[in-house]
Amino acid sequence: MHHPGTNNKVYKKINDNFEWSSENFKKISEIIKKYPSNRIQSAVIPLLDLAQRQNNGWLSKNSMEKVAETLSMPYIRVLEVATFYSMFNLEPIGKNFVQICRTTPCWLRGSDKLSKVAQEVCETNIGETSDDERFTVVEVECLGACCNAPMVQINDDYYEDLDEDSFKKILQDLKDNKSIKVGSQIGRKSSQPERKFDA
Amino acid sequence: MLKEKDKIFKNLYGFEDWKLEGAKKRGIWSNTKELIKMGSDKIVEEIKNSQLRGRGGAGFPAGLKWSFMPKDSGKDHYLVVNADESEPGTCKDREIMRNDPHLLLEGCLVAAFAMHAHTCYIYIRGEYYSESSNLQKAIDEAYANNLIGKNASGSGWDFDIYLHRGAGAYICGEETALLESLEGKKGQPRLKPPFPAGAGLYGCPTTVTNVETIAVSPTILRRGSKWFANLGSANNTGTKIFSISGHVNNPCNVEEEMGIPLKDLIENHAGGVIGGWENLLAVIPGGASVPLLPKSICDTVKMDFDSLKEVQSGLGTAAVIVMNKSTDIVEAIARLSHFYKHESCGQCTPCREGTGWMYRMMEKMIHGNVKHEDIDKILDVTKQIEGHTICALGDAAAWPIQGLFRHFRPEIEKRIEERNRRVA
Repeated sequence: MHHPGTNNKVYKKINDNFEWSSENFKKISEIIKKYPSNRIQSAVIPLLDLAQRQNNGWLSKNSMEKVAETLSMPYIRVLEVATFYSMFNLEPIGKNFVQICRTTPCWLRGSDKLSKVAQEVCETNIGETSDDERFTVVEVECLGACCNAPMVQINDDYYEDLDEDSFKKILQDLKDNKSIKVGSQIGRKSSQPERKFDA
Repeated sequence: MLKEKDKIFKNLYGFEDWKLEGAKKRGIWSNTKELIKMGSDKIVEEIKNSQLRGRGGAGFPAGLKWSFMPKDSGKDHYLVVNADESEPGTCKDREIMRNDPHLLLEGCLVAAFAMHAHTCYIYIRGEYYSESSNLQKAIDEAYANNLIGKNASGSGWDFDIYLHRGAGAYICGEETALLESLEGKKGQPRLKPPFPAGAGLYGCPTTVTNVETIAVSPTILRRGSKWFANLGSANNTGTKIFSISGHVNNPCNVEEEMGIPLKDLIENHAGGVIGGWENLLAVIPGGASVPLLPKSICDTVKMDFDSLKEVQSGLGTAAVIVMNKSTDIVEAIARLSHFYKHESCGQCTPCREGTGWMYRMMEKMIHGNVKHEDIDKILDVTKQIEGHTICALGDAAAWPIQGLFRHFRPEIEKRIEERNRRVA
């Protein structure tokens, strides 16, 4: 199953140049303060996350080199971390990164139907980016919201208590540039016992 | 049923204000200074007497773990809170962190003081974005009100809490892998010994502990170890958050007394099994890593560490995954095998190669596309993985498969025969 975060190949982009934005530069000095001064390598995950956010959701070779330079560590150590963790994408992704949880608790509640819906509405296959580059759809392992299954993560936010119709609506609204509601789609506050299920 | 007054998590569902003002109304931070004035020996003693067992899965006695921290090592001490909640079925720490973060922060201060630690890192899984932003806001509030920081809560103890977001790796829930990750490396578990209490984060004495364990500790100190020990049964004391997911009418997180019968838990809190109790096929009682239980055991089993161990399963994280008779049980377990294949860190050969092989076998078994002797072969392989790896991920990958064949072997044999007939 393809996923840009489990890809181990560094994507080559010609004439790519990565410099920290001034805003992120300030953030970095705050992040580094969290760790002992001789242990700033600890900041590699937070910095890769910043770099990925600045670089439209994925890490280019230059951006990883920048992280290595900032933390004065060898590039290979940064690459090692970037390839190990699945949240670091090593190739470009679409504007909306749709991650469908496929593990047993979500599957029991119908996550495979959501995968079908996503492929139809986003007009792409699992693990791929749509031609208009608006959607990348992937299946991922447990996202830790099992009492609100089935659920999907789109960019930073969780969309929970889904069914085919509500998920279709979310994706369609994203397509139409409408705003969408984060969290439970059946109006639950969190994971209190009040959902009705019919499958 | 657990009485309202004995609940520790009063805002589990987020109906009330999660910020400092709301937390104070629920009694959090009310007399933290006095709790700390008890002294570290007394705090550890109280936690020991409460018989609190770690809520992260292994069920190790919390007081004992805290007491392993050296008294005068001359090095910095660290408390690391494991909020890398990724065990399939488990979503309890998430609710604590987004709906009652101050409960956790107060626990951090008290526990860190007991372990002589001035610094605490909370390692939260990267996917929990809104949870981490709530937690960070709570940390900022606590600093602004001098509850933590220099002379935390007026106790004379300097204490810092830092939030560290992970980046999507189940293995980082293993304590030494978490420390590696926190040091900016790949999350691959370390060989033990040395144990973290001797040489953990940055080579310094460290205790890694689950969110829920830390979050309950101030309440135990306030209400006394006796109160906590009187809930549940001996060696399985207190309350526990159960995450009930899968084929139930009302999936939910609920705080209950330890040792509640599984059937009561599902029927009274989760609205029962879809299609009724008779429609139950099997339950995974403690998160993906523990072996499943067929209905006959579910009828009577109690939800605590020892009772579930007796039936060759475990309480784990108390994540109850319910499957009714519409479930393809082989595929349910095959999906878990896929999970472990995906999450194996690749360090030990039996796990790296074994999880992939087991997944491919399980995929074939869904369609009966194996030989009869392959069943014994896969069981043999699970035994060769179990106990032969640095961390417990190898065991965790082996157990669900062993559980499946322990209780549902005839189902797979039936599929093999059906397929043989079809092919012939």
